[in-house]
Amino acid sequence: MQITIRLFARLRDIAGAADLVRDVPEDATVETAWQALAAEFPAMAPHRASLSAAVNAEYARFTRALADRDEVVFLPPVSGG
Amino acid sequence: MPPTLLGISRDELDLAALVRLVTESGDQAPGRDGAVVTFLGTVRGENLGRRVVQLEYQAYEPLAVRAFEIIGAEVSDIWPEARLGLHHRIGTLRPGEVSVAIAAASPHRAEAFEACRYAIERVKQIAPIWKREIFEGGEAWIEGATADPSDSAARQAAVERACR
Repeated sequence: MQITIRLFARLRDIAGAADLVRDVPEDATVETAWQALAAEFPAMAPHRASLSAAVNAEYARFTRALADRDEVVFLPPVSGG
Repeated sequence: MPPTLLGISRDELDLAALVRLVTESGDQAPGRDGAVVTFLGTVRGENLGRRVVQLEYQAYEPLAVRAFEIIGAEVSDIWPEARLGLHHRIGTLRPGEVSVAIAAASPHRAEAFEACRYAIERVKQIAPIWKREIFEGGEAWIEGATADPSDSAARQAAVERACR
């Protein structure tokens, strides 16, 4: 199945792109998608501990199961205000 | 400025318009509110000893609006009579410009002050908004909290800051 990964801030800089479309296994979770992303962009790997995630514009755990066409977002530590 | 109580904008924020939105929201009779407390976050020209040239804000907009809705619901839980308006600007901002505007209205001032302070603390904790600081001699992403609305310790810390 296919998901869209949206990237912001530091992660967007590392990937050099705001959006990535990737194929993931049918049983993929947010964590699975992260592992694939970190394998593709090893400079992202050290950031895992400080990230949170969202799926389809709702906050989500890394254990969340993904569905075809989901939009997955990895959120670096935020700095609004 | 967003036409709704909670929103993200690329344009200059208008606090007076936000106050009107808040005080005219809901089904209240005119004059229900006895207090409107407002907060403006502005770009500081100095940070960590660096001279700030500009800040570049990004947001994951649909989730940022969702975060503002969560914050609004939390405010209603804690201060049932208070209502919240919250607009955040994104894009490139220079020192002195307004990045966030909050208005909290309530029949009584104590609740309005507390709700307003709570709202900005929660924005900083959970809203998916990021700023890159361009300063004289370099640039850096500013990184604060890991955004997790279900982190009850963070939420409690925001309550304590609002109510101390």
